[in-house]
Amino acid sequence: MFDQPESFLTADGRTIGGVMMEMKNITLRFGGVVAIQDISFDIREGEIRAIIGPNGAGKSSMLNVISGFYNPQEGEVWYKGELRPSMKPFEVARQGIARTFQNIALFEGMSVLDNVMTGRLNHMKAGILGQALWYGSAQREETKNREVVERVIDFLEIQDIRKTPVSRLPYGLKKRVELARALAADPKLLLLDEPMAGMNVEEKEDMSRFILDVNDEFGTTIALIEHDMSVVMDISDRVVVMDYGKKIGDGTPKDVRSNQAVIDAYLGVAHD
Amino acid sequence: MTATATASADLISMPELLARNVLKFGAKAAYREKEFGIWQSWTWSEAAEQIEALALGLLKLGAAKGDHIAIAGRNRPYLYWTMLAAQSIGAVPVPIYQDSVGEELAYVLDHCNARFLVAGDQEQVDKVLDIKDDLKSLQQIIYLDARGMRKYDHSKLSQFHKLQDAGRAAKSELGDELAERKVNLTYDDTCVILYTSGTTGRPKGVVLSNRNVIETSKSSSQFDDLVSDEEVVAYLPMAWVGDYIFSVGQALWTGFCVNCPESPETMMTDLREIGPTYYFAPPRVFENQLTDVMIRMEDAGHFKKWMFHKSMALAKKVGPKLLNGNPVSTVDRVKYWLGDKFIYGPLKNTLGLSKVRIGYTAGEAIGPELFDFYRSLGINLKQLYGQTEATVYITMQPDGEVLADTVGVPAPGVEVRVGDNGEIYYRSPGVFVEYFNNPESTASTKDKDGWVATGDAGFFEENNGHLRIIDRAKDVGKIKDGRMFAPKYVENKLKFFPNILEAVVFGNDREFCTAFINIDLNAVGNWAERNNIAYGGYQELSQHPKVLEMIKSHVEETNLSVAEDSMLSGCQVQRFLVLHKELDADDGELTRTRKVRRRIVEEKFSDLIEGLYDGSERVATTTEVTYEDGRKGSISATLEMRDAATVATQRIAAE
Repeated sequence: MFDQPESFLTADGRTIGGVMMEMKNITLRFGGVVAIQDISFDIREGEIRAIIGPNGAGKSSMLNVISGFYNPQEGEVWYKGELRPSMKPFEVARQGIARTFQNIALFEGMSVLDNVMTGRLNHMKAGILGQALWYGSAQREETKNREVVERVIDFLEIQDIRKTPVSRLPYGLKKRVELARALAADPKLLLLDEPMAGMNVEEKEDMSRFILDVNDEFGTTIALIEHDMSVVMDISDRVVVMDYGKKIGDGTPKDVRSNQAVIDAYLGVAHD
Repeated sequence: MTATATASADLISMPELLARNVLKFGAKAAYREKEFGIWQSWTWSEAAEQIEALALGLLKLGAAKGDHIAIAGRNRPYLYWTMLAAQSIGAVPVPIYQDSVGEELAYVLDHCNARFLVAGDQEQVDKVLDIKDDLKSLQQIIYLDARGMRKYDHSKLSQFHKLQDAGRAAKSELGDELAERKVNLTYDDTCVILYTSGTTGRPKGVVLSNRNVIETSKSSSQFDDLVSDEEVVAYLPMAWVGDYIFSVGQALWTGFCVNCPESPETMMTDLREIGPTYYFAPPRVFENQLTDVMIRMEDAGHFKKWMFHKSMALAKKVGPKLLNGNPVSTVDRVKYWLGDKFIYGPLKNTLGLSKVRIGYTAGEAIGPELFDFYRSLGINLKQLYGQTEATVYITMQPDGEVLADTVGVPAPGVEVRVGDNGEIYYRSPGVFVEYFNNPESTASTKDKDGWVATGDAGFFEENNGHLRIIDRAKDVGKIKDGRMFAPKYVENKLKFFPNILEAVVFGNDREFCTAFINIDLNAVGNWAERNNIAYGGYQELSQHPKVLEMIKSHVEETNLSVAEDSMLSGCQVQRFLVLHKELDADDGELTRTRKVRRRIVEEKFSDLIEGLYDGSERVATTTEVTYEDGRKGSISATLEMRDAATVATQRIAAE
């Protein structure tokens, strides 16, 4: 019986804990272009951490460094108190880091349910034969994974599109499905790349609520990149501000808002 | 049947009915709810245990006999159990419309002095927390879905399941008290208080006794031979008397199973999965379903379209006759049988209505065309006429005597008479006790002999004794030339067009009739897409010349049909406009059960009505709107007024 939703919720209340991930003096170059220049910051357990900045500031590159997609030329990434060696993205995913993409990366021809199920891949241990024959542990495993997925579907209120192919969904819902897939992986750290890009006000409000609820209910640490300043200021605990690959501010939304360098970056001043 | 009938003498409260069902149907499914993609179910025994745990929990919180326990949320087994738990401890459940805005909720909570509120989720809790300080009597909010409320101050909040656990733990201590409270219930104790949405003024709390509910459930179940194997889908607001009788009263009386959908959006899928045998829906739901079918048929290929229209024409001719047992030629029978195999059967299945043995519609008059559409598919859809004050039933249609334009014969045990002014009065065992804390309204509605005024005008058809409702008594009027004006009659005809969601007709004391039209965004949007009409939103679409042209053709078609009724031919619509916003309950233009509040619409859009009558081509207007979260805004638009052709008829005065 699944009539007790609380059993799925692990964290009690919202407590921001110690350092979960630390970026030390990261520099990332593409040939001669310096995308990230000597940046350091940390992400604490249970917080919502935002990375903001104007176009081309290097936000997405930063997220790709965190997710292990890019390996920086200089600097160190510390995760849960250990220095992380250079890793393939799937190895990073196994460490409990899940992400969504700026340009939605779902399997368009598959149903919402199947898409979200792919988020459970790292939790499937049964062999190919068992999977193919739908036998033994494969069957038990799928039932268990399906249950987790259904809880996520319930949480994000997408029951009505469970069986709908993703290609038929509007943009805002696709974003939500992507979040669902990332959540299904049961991540410790969730990376959101512009979760509200291209959304209308109502969709943004919904998405903000879901992000806050995820953080609140599952205690998931969230790092997000966002363009929309007002949203970021409303939902995040701490903000890193980047401009031209450099860190120009770091602190609570209130600190950041009154930071002169940040104001200049957003309103625009002449760069020499 | 006889077994239940004889037992009825001692069954005088809802908890007693529940106990009877546990004995009789203990292992049979009583409640189901789809959650996490699976139908979860509870037998009568399991449900009784859940209800007992909650009742003990409420005792633990200090709930006293006669306390009012408000309930706000979507249809879920847990909330139905709350009603029964409240009744078990001698308290009174007061279900509230879940989409009420904070102010409406506050009014009801305050008016009934609710001590406890059982809320479905954060949305409902938030509404109450905003106004909590004004509510002196409210002591504790019990919530079901904990999500989003982790950071709330929990001194006045308890979680539903935790309260049940506390109740279970206190069973040895409070079990006797609970048993005693159950034994002390009488047939005339209050069973439930239901706030009517009311097309005018503040909502009124209709007090229904155990006698009202049990007598009505019993006689109506017998009328349609309801049995314990029925399946119903509970999706209509829990605060509405119909849902209370279908999903609680009759369910307890006959022991059938109540199924709750996963979410409002999945309702249609869930309906298909359950395949109810006993189904109730207001005309609006049937309308929406038909609109969906029509939209999808428009998108279908030529062959399918041809098949569909050909079969539906046959169904229209033969289907209702077959259902009513009238003679039909053998050739037509064979054709209909084929149609059923290829079209009607699959269509019914898509609609989730394959297994419906008895379907009812009420709440508003249903357009005859709409009604016949479902009947022609072989769905035994019937009409009933009732109101909260009657515990639903005033008249209902017996099998085989179903007509589109009447509402049937008086229900068992109900006496009906028509007053001199045409208003309908009734008296029955279901007649409500009183309006809560409102003796004046009680006195003006119910006379000392127990006759209740319905506020509706109508008459009994001479040939078959069926009641025919014309309109709200106060809405029926006269056009300047003396002909009868009955707006609802025309509005219902207009609303049968899938493109028209809502219509409001004016004309009382005027030279001629005019109408406001609301387009159906789904249907018209789909039509626009197919015809390459670009639009930026509801407002732009509503004023598009091609849309106006299309609506005009609908209005003219309606006029043709209205002209056929000699008594009401004066109600043809000469001018109309398409409104720039959907009429909305949040703006007070509709009731929570989505009936038009005519006076408010008239007041709010008086400039537009003026425009319709003074011959203006277009009128600029600004309208205040309320968003779902209670914020206010305004929208401005310039609306086009259009003329529609009418049919000249012989003038017959209403006298």
